[in-house]
Amino acid sequence: MTSSTVADSGAAGPSTGDGPGRRSIGRAVIDAVTTANSWMVTILAILLAFVVGGVIIVLSDPGVLRRFEYFFSRPSDALEAVWESVSGAYSALLRGSILDPEDLREAIAGEEPWTEVFEPLSETLTYATPLILMGLAVALAFRAGMFNIGVEGQAVLGALTAALAGFGLSLPAGLHLVVALLAGIAGGALWGLIPGWLKARTGAHEVITTIMLNYIAGSLLLYLINLDGIHHPERNDAISKPVYDTALLPRLAGDQLRLNLGILIALLAAGGVAWLLQRSTIGFEFRAVGSNPDAARTAGMSVGKTYVLVMAFAGGLAGLGGASVLLGIATSSALTPAIIGGIGFDGITVALLGRARPWGVVLAGLLFGALRAGAPGMQAVADVPVQMVTILQALIVMFIAAPAFVKEVFRLRQSRAGALGQTLAKGWNG
Amino acid sequence: MGWSEGRRILRTGPPRLRRCQSAHCNPSRSGARALWYGGVGGGGPLARAYKENPLKLELRGITKRFGDVVANDHIDLTVEPGEIHALLGENGAGKTTLMNVLYGLLQPDEGEILINGVPRTCNSPREAIAAGIGMVHQHFMLVPVFTVAENVMLGDERIRSRLPFLGFLDRRRARQDVLKVSADYGLEVDPDAIVEDLPVGLQQRVEIIKALRRQADLLILDEPTAVLTPQETDELLAVMRSLKADGKSIVFISHKLREVRAIADRITVIRHGRVIGTTGPETSEDELAAMMVGRAVRLRVEKKPATPGDVVLDIRDLRVVDDRGHRVVDGVNLQVRAGEVLGIAGVQGNGQTELVEAVMGLRPVVSGVISLEGQNLIGRTTKQILRAGVGYVPEDRSHDGVVRDFSVAENLVLDLYDRKPFASGLALRPQEIATSARKRIAEFDVRTSSPDTPVGTLSGGNQQKVIVAREMSRPLKLFVASQPTRGVDVGSTEFIHARIVAERDQGTAVLLVSSELDEVLALADRVAVMYRGKVLDIVTPDAPREHIGLLMAGVTGAAGPDGEAATTPTTATEHTDAAARETDSDEPGDESGGEDTP
Ligand SMILES: Nc1ncnc2c1ncn2[C@@H]1O[C@H](COP(=O)(O)OP(=O)(O)OP(=O)(O)O)[C@@H](O)[C@H]1O
Ligand SMILES: [Mg+2]
Repeated sequence: MTSSTVADSGAAGPSTGDGPGRRSIGRAVIDAVTTANSWMVTILAILLAFVVGGVIIVLSDPGVLRRFEYFFSRPSDALEAVWESVSGAYSALLRGSILDPEDLREAIAGEEPWTEVFEPLSETLTYATPLILMGLAVALAFRAGMFNIGVEGQAVLGALTAALAGFGLSLPAGLHLVVALLAGIAGGALWGLIPGWLKARTGAHEVITTIMLNYIAGSLLLYLINLDGIHHPERNDAISKPVYDTALLPRLAGDQLRLNLGILIALLAAGGVAWLLQRSTIGFEFRAVGSNPDAARTAGMSVGKTYVLVMAFAGGLAGLGGASVLLGIATSSALTPAIIGGIGFDGITVALLGRARPWGVVLAGLLFGALRAGAPGMQAVADVPVQMVTILQALIVMFIAAPAFVKEVFRLRQSRAGALGQTLAKGWNG
Repeated sequence: MGWSEGRRILRTGPPRLRRCQSAHCNPSRSGARALWYGGVGGGGPLARAYKENPLKLELRGITKRFGDVVANDHIDLTVEPGEIHALLGENGAGKTTLMNVLYGLLQPDEGEILINGVPRTCNSPREAIAAGIGMVHQHFMLVPVFTVAENVMLGDERIRSRLPFLGFLDRRRARQDVLKVSADYGLEVDPDAIVEDLPVGLQQRVEIIKALRRQADLLILDEPTAVLTPQETDELLAVMRSLKADGKSIVFISHKLREVRAIADRITVIRHGRVIGTTGPETSEDELAAMMVGRAVRLRVEKKPATPGDVVLDIRDLRVVDDRGHRVVDGVNLQVRAGEVLGIAGVQGNGQTELVEAVMGLRPVVSGVISLEGQNLIGRTTKQILRAGVGYVPEDRSHDGVVRDFSVAENLVLDLYDRKPFASGLALRPQEIATSARKRIAEFDVRTSSPDTPVGTLSGGNQQKVIVAREMSRPLKLFVASQPTRGVDVGSTEFIHARIVAERDQGTAVLLVSSELDEVLALADRVAVMYRGKVLDIVTPDAPREHIGLLMAGVTGAAGPDGEAATTPTTATEHTDAAARETDSDEPGDESGGEDTP
């Protein structure tokens, strides 16, 4: 309905699709996210975000601004400073997230261990792991027509249950890890199940319930951390006992690099979600319910059951993400109140950027992981605050959400009218 | 026409409205509903002296391709000022595409559009509107929670002239505009009614008013009658005549040949994207059908007498309420036997929709019994009911029938995807799905470029064929079809009707609901007439039409079920040829019970 209003002002933004009958605003947004953007727009949005980010870097650099004071007498000075400031920041970002040529040279010359060379990549992949898992949690729910804003809470629960299994049980290595991961999945799934069930039974909107459950999960974590038996006996701050080493995700490239099994699990999960969505009967139901719940119901699918199921799956993925943080990244491998620290919310952005497609989420997770990995280097070398990365993320999402703007900037108009017309023109009769 | 003249007409009411009142119609009850139940016939009632801006449209060599599909192939079309020009063609012939090109929603690959002899490019609906072209889409582009006046001003809002910088919307002006257009063309509608409370026919009116207020001189109506009840259709045709009298031209698309012949000045037939020819309304239905399809079409259903077997579907004392809690099925008793077609006739909104939904497990039952071959169906899920051997074609295809984003192949297994051979365990078997899809596409003549095409890009009638193909290609005990041929071309209607008869002859029990009395009478072996949630009578299809018409209006034998219905016969018998329609029109309250408009 909302989308249909642009009928007469046809030149208005790209349509979000002409859904059958009445559509909620939620559906319209989902459509916008999953269909209105093309890959081209995504890539251009990222590019544009970096350009605008560059402007911000310049504006926040007093050294460059000073040179603009005598811009008209010596413009080259100012331009040079701009170039240095921006390229310095971005190259530091790249060196911190992909490869530092300096390190490479030294490693070849034998002056440095090779691990130094791979450290940036290792960091990128390490950061990407939970982002991918949580992005998948959002994306999967999206495809069934649900806004899972509760990834953060589901991940907290996952970390919590994984920790309980991690220091509460003592099992042989390998088995212990599997149990801890399963515990994480179960915890997250439980936390996802609740809003799914509430929606199926009472129609309560999942956006509201998942947000509330985020708060509850945070408080629960805080409460439990300080409980005897969970709290670290030798510490005064809010931190739990560490999990046993047997439950930790094994490192893949030696102890120097943080790269761990988690990334493979995340890729496996992406493959699993892709299979689930495209090749399984459950995914068929998810997608059908996501794009036309009425037709799904008429064809005999249980819409309520699908909501519960997809939220349990999504929660499980988020829980796995939470467990991967605890068992792979967390310092001292223990629960802290900020253990997830907003990765769940980043997961929403990752899912948006990945257009709710599993492999898209993987790419988006890698990009955001790289930004995170590169940020400290950028601060150290180019004196650009770490927060710049957050700004970049926000810019990317903003541009993704406003494809019309991106197309305008890059003059990508030709394909639009056709697509727009099609979605508007198909009514009963099409 | 001057503003004051519109006022006058509003005050006194147009002549036909008054006639209507004297014939027992009761406008006050209907609230937001139409007051205008003008019958068929009679030119524009308010013939105006002026012809504002006659618009002559010429399309020359319009070609539009979608990938490999040539939807329009060098189409030439001329629409004279003040002409009602009908477009006929099979499903997928390219009618909608052509109109979308004209309205600026699609850009043609070749060809030009001339308005009054001047070539124009319409790159967006905005330009088309500026050129005097208006389009009414079948799915209305209205904001449901806005009033009629707000919807009409949407996209063309005006600011109050006093203190313009404050940007107050000029709502009063919008209301006045609506009233004026209403009065000018007999498009009665309450400007303050909330759109979602209006029946489809009136929502369509709002769309027409919207176009007219923007000075449209050429109006495109794409299958406007597909979702209308017969009396709403008659009202629309009257409006079209009045527009024509005012010099406006109309392009009218419909699959109902009778309608087309009744209203059109000229008829252009399109087949496979090409113009086959242009004729006049004197061409017979058979000839038109043959032109469309390219072969002779049997417009009558051929069937042997039924050989009914045991009772398959048994409905006893069923009571069902609608979404608002009104009891819309009130003590219905029906039996459908193996090998027979039970048709349900009745004006839409008399509980047919809810009855069918209850049978399919899509709507809870208040009380009563529904059983399939002696097995209780109440409390079972839709999936279990489908699995028990029931096929179901829902009434609103785009809402309930297909998932637009899904491919044709996926839609063809929408209710079988988790069964052999389409799935083994949890895994889908794309190979099997594709193979079966290809078979059914061929068998049911679904016009699609491939099984992987999203259903949303198919033409309306082809989407319907996808649903029918899905439901009719497994062994059935009971086949429930609601409006199975809505928006379907004559050739495909013939095909679907033949399939329904074949299904019956195989011993399937068929429950057919249709708002087309012709369809019910042609297919059914017994006809149950529903009125306000009750089955008034079950008759044979050769019962006199007037008798069925009276039943549809709630009149049984000597005494009506209530005082009001008993007054209807006077009008009903006035026009024997369309008895059913007339009586319906005089019962605006019919539909207030079950608002379930498609
Ligand atoms: N956006 C699209 N992408 C691909 N093919 C399309 C698209 N729109 C229409 N088509 C194809 O173009 C052809 C013409 O479609 P169109 O909707 O114009 O038919 P129609 O004459 O209006 O049929 P109906 O009577 O069923 O409404 C069909 O084969 C259809 O599948
Ligand atoms: Mg069409």
